[in-house]
Amino acid sequence: MATNLPARTEQSEDTDLILRQVLSDVLGLSAERIDELEPDSGLFGHLPELDSMAVAGLLTELEDRLDIIIDDEDVDGEMLETFGGLRSFLVGKRAIG
Amino acid sequence: MLTGLWPSPSGNDEYVLGFDADRARRVLLLRGLFDEGNKLRHFTVELMRRLDVAGIDSFLPDLPGTNESLAPLERQTLAGWREAMRHAANHFRATHVLAIRGGALVAPATLPNVHYAPASGPSLLRAMLRAQVMVAREAGRADTREELLRRGRTEGLQLAGYRIGPEMIAELEQAQPEDTVAVEIAQGDVGGGGLWLRVEPGHDPAQADRLAALVAERLP
Repeated sequence: MATNLPARTEQSEDTDLILRQVLSDVLGLSAERIDELEPDSGLFGHLPELDSMAVAGLLTELEDRLDIIIDDEDVDGEMLETFGGLRSFLVGKRAIG
Repeated sequence: MLTGLWPSPSGNDEYVLGFDADRARRVLLLRGLFDEGNKLRHFTVELMRRLDVAGIDSFLPDLPGTNESLAPLERQTLAGWREAMRHAANHFRATHVLAIRGGALVAPATLPNVHYAPASGPSLLRAMLRAQVMVAREAGRADTREELLRRGRTEGLQLAGYRIGPEMIAELEQAQPEDTVAVEIAQGDVGGGGLWLRVEPGHDPAQADRLAALVAERLP
């Protein structure tokens, strides 16, 4: 599918896959629903089931699977607003290592 | 399925759910800790039903301070829970321990252990602290995880609805499963997403089938 990633590297495709996987695990969504997520698909604030505990679980699971650390200061409405926004953030985090 | 009481070392009787047909394999089952235990509640009981069908007895005792227990949660420690589970294992004449997620942190290493998707203390604590920071932020307070933790070490903390005492906070910062040679069943072996991650408590019959089959096959 089309993406608007800054660089279409193997790692960013991998990040896309892992993010979809974790969202599917957390939200219990079907593979079809998860495949439909576009960069501008709304996440936090659009999906009522994503409350604080769910977001915390989501971020912790992403840390474990992507081997990154997400600081509290990084977490804001913008970063969690859309699928594409969260994905860009994660790709950036992984690039820093 | 039977329900009953067992004498915990604190002197209180605690609640237990069990399938007991006096069979050769008797599993002490330790549920996930805190919110994860709640998310996995239905799944855990369904797992027990399947173990029963597979010819395995199982016992799911309450950890003191949780579920039906009258003991105050904030006074519990991981060491105390591990001791209580050692007593429960003796009481039920368990032959094996099956621990789910954080349950592995309080699983007695005196019996052969199987750990399903074991979670470390630091990782459980990290998720709960992060949720607390987000809740505080929504309420307009700028707590940080570091501040919360500092306070938690002396005063204890209310995390995800659970009142956790200072001793347990300190233990969680370090806690790893005591049994380092446990047979491990990873979520990848079971397939699908771990149900403890779900926003709402859920159940997945296919995962319960698969996990029960793996346990029956891998009990040492």
